[in-house]
Amino acid sequence: MVKIHERKFVSCDPDKCVGCQICEYACSYTKEKAFNPIKSRIRVVRQNQVVNMAVACRLCEEPACVAACPRDALTQSDETGTIMIDKDKCNGCGWCIEACDYGAMMLHPETKTVYTCDLCKEKTDGPQCVKWCPEEALTVVTSDVLAQKARISAIKKLFQEKKQQ
Amino acid sequence: MNGYAGRVLYVDLTTGKTRTEKLNEDFAKKYIGGIGLGMRFWLANSKAGVDAYSADNPLVLALGPISGTMFPTGGNGHAFISKSPATGGVGEAVSHGTFGAELKRAGYDAVILTGKSDRPVFLWIDDDSVQLLDAAHLMGKSPSETEDTIKDEIGDYYIRVASIGLAGEKLSKIACIINEKTRAAGRTGLGGVMGSKNLKAIAVRGTRDIVPAKPDEFMDLVREYHERMKGPATQKYRTLGTVENILINNDQFCMPTRNYRNAHFEDAASVSGEAVNERYVAKIIACSSCPMRCEHEAVIRDGAYKGTMARIEYESLWAMGPYTGVSKLDAIIKAAELCNFYGMDAQSAGVTVGFVMDCHEKGILTHDDLTGIDAHFGNAEALLQLLEKMGKREGIGDMLADGVKAAAEKIGKGSDKLAQQIKGLEVTGYDLRCLKTAALASAVSFRGADQNRSNAYAVDLKGKVDRLKAEKGRGKIVKDLEDTYALLDSIMICKNARGTLYKETQDMAKIYNLATGYDIAPEELAAAGERINTLARLINIREGKSRKDDTLPWKVMNEPIPDDGPVKGAVVTQDELDLLLDDYYESRGWTLEGVPPSTKLKQLGMDDLSGIVESKQEA
Repeated sequence: MVKIHERKFVSCDPDKCVGCQICEYACSYTKEKAFNPIKSRIRVVRQNQVVNMAVACRLCEEPACVAACPRDALTQSDETGTIMIDKDKCNGCGWCIEACDYGAMMLHPETKTVYTCDLCKEKTDGPQCVKWCPEEALTVVTSDVLAQKARISAIKKLFQEKKQQ
Repeated sequence: MNGYAGRVLYVDLTTGKTRTEKLNEDFAKKYIGGIGLGMRFWLANSKAGVDAYSADNPLVLALGPISGTMFPTGGNGHAFISKSPATGGVGEAVSHGTFGAELKRAGYDAVILTGKSDRPVFLWIDDDSVQLLDAAHLMGKSPSETEDTIKDEIGDYYIRVASIGLAGEKLSKIACIINEKTRAAGRTGLGGVMGSKNLKAIAVRGTRDIVPAKPDEFMDLVREYHERMKGPATQKYRTLGTVENILINNDQFCMPTRNYRNAHFEDAASVSGEAVNERYVAKIIACSSCPMRCEHEAVIRDGAYKGTMARIEYESLWAMGPYTGVSKLDAIIKAAELCNFYGMDAQSAGVTVGFVMDCHEKGILTHDDLTGIDAHFGNAEALLQLLEKMGKREGIGDMLADGVKAAAEKIGKGSDKLAQQIKGLEVTGYDLRCLKTAALASAVSFRGADQNRSNAYAVDLKGKVDRLKAEKGRGKIVKDLEDTYALLDSIMICKNARGTLYKETQDMAKIYNLATGYDIAPEELAAAGERINTLARLINIREGKSRKDDTLPWKVMNEPIPDDGPVKGAVVTQDELDLLLDDYYESRGWTLEGVPPSTKLKQLGMDDLSGIVESKQEA
């Protein structure tokens, strides 16, 4: 089982996200060969004009979606930590959708089964939303690297301010 | 069908009946989409001389063939078309955002709204299900509040809404239609047309797939344009934004100031694009599918206008600032927010305030007429008070809410000389006295005073021509630009992205063909651009317009630029205008009266419309 420290997921920096939905188009095109945001594994929220952020599966440790499924349709991949869905077992009841705190689990309008981000496992160059994001707001990272980046930028800011004083 | 949805939705607001029809493919190929297709639908569904506010005036909402795709800026636009209450001619206004893409996914190329509801309603398009729902509780709400309320009620936070504010409800001729809170189909008063139908909003949910005819090649093209959009062609929009023009235009002495009293604003530095970005722009956001992202959101964090948030662009900043002589940036941003709140076109609203201030300083409107508002140039408080009154149609605002032409007709006393408008539409932020190619373009622009039908001012400012000279050849320049711009607004590619179309028509043909699967040559597409401009001309002719309406505001022709500088004394004379008009009509193959002859219509494949000109071309 991949450890949580090594688990990579698609993360969005709200300071950089402009709400363009290119990630949604890229995702739905990659996965469904169509432009259709409701079939995208990543969704954009524009809370107001200045707060924009895209959300995709966080690959949680002990994921609530898996625990919530009464039909054992959901399992977490040992290798990558992504949530795998057995379409034969899923009946679209939506408990996993309710259980997910991030809105990362969605019900497909045609198959009537749930789906979520699988990090574009079929693509050798990784998640396509990240490749397409024109703002470089999306990255595939571990939580540890996110924390590292936050520390570095905090220290940078601190010492820049010191220098100016 | 690829590209096109293949369906047109008809909504009769009088009876509440709706129906869909198959898209007329001949119309689609000839008029492409957006304003072109929309104008053709309007013409086919209206009678000559119809009153803009009568139930018989259709309001058309049209999309482009690439709407809903991932093509940068192309996927996200929509256009409203109708008879303009401001000009009495063809009215059209384009907006971008996400609304157009959503409507395409609902499966429509156009929505044709006819009749008039006997009570306030909003239209709810949920894929194939179309309903008119009660909107009594939405009346008086701003477009932003309307959007939030509808999303709450329907219980879907990803639906898209285009709506009018109080100004549209009260039939203001400068009312606009706003989608996603800050994007406006702004010009020509179409918000008033929507209000006249008792239609408060259009809400859409679309869940269909959009698939281009040649998906892999289309994606390669999208990738290429993503790269192009990182380059110099879009730099201005990605950095300072259109507000950069404040200092550029001021340095060139072509920024109309204090209702055309000056062409240069001494306080430009305090309202510059640089200043607004440094002090107020909190975020630059994007329309759906756009990697360029240009929407500059200004936020006021403290002081008297704390909490104000508005999108800021050159035209709104110029109209609220230099045009009224106001140099307080926070008040200007507040003014832009008020326009969004009431649903007024910020350009026309600002020009109207500048007009009132001019009337007041000249003694035409007294302190009493203005019920105590101290409407002197530069008074920020007066700017905000007047906008409030206009938005609510309260007191003096009742008269002003229809723009400067209608106001001058009511005020009299020679105020028409101060009303800076063409065909009833207020001027934009380029002083036409010292930009003679732009002067011609504005005079002939089918929707009235406007830079967006050609952006001809750029030819003048880039020094490609002598901007102070009226000479032969400008007609062809304007015609070619107009044809390209008509195509941009019909395929529906954002004009801010036009620089990424390195080969203009050739590039547009490639995009169009990969989306639709058609094989249309660039020359055929260029002909469509000409056809669309000719169509607009035919509509204006049918509605009674002629060469005499292709004119310029009084001050442009009678008050030379007074400012010391490179263009002092510049003005456009009647002789110059006549020379320019003759040249333009000739380059279009029209008569000297500005009428396209039947031979021209035949050449463009528009013989079906020759009835409009039959009685006029011999003259």
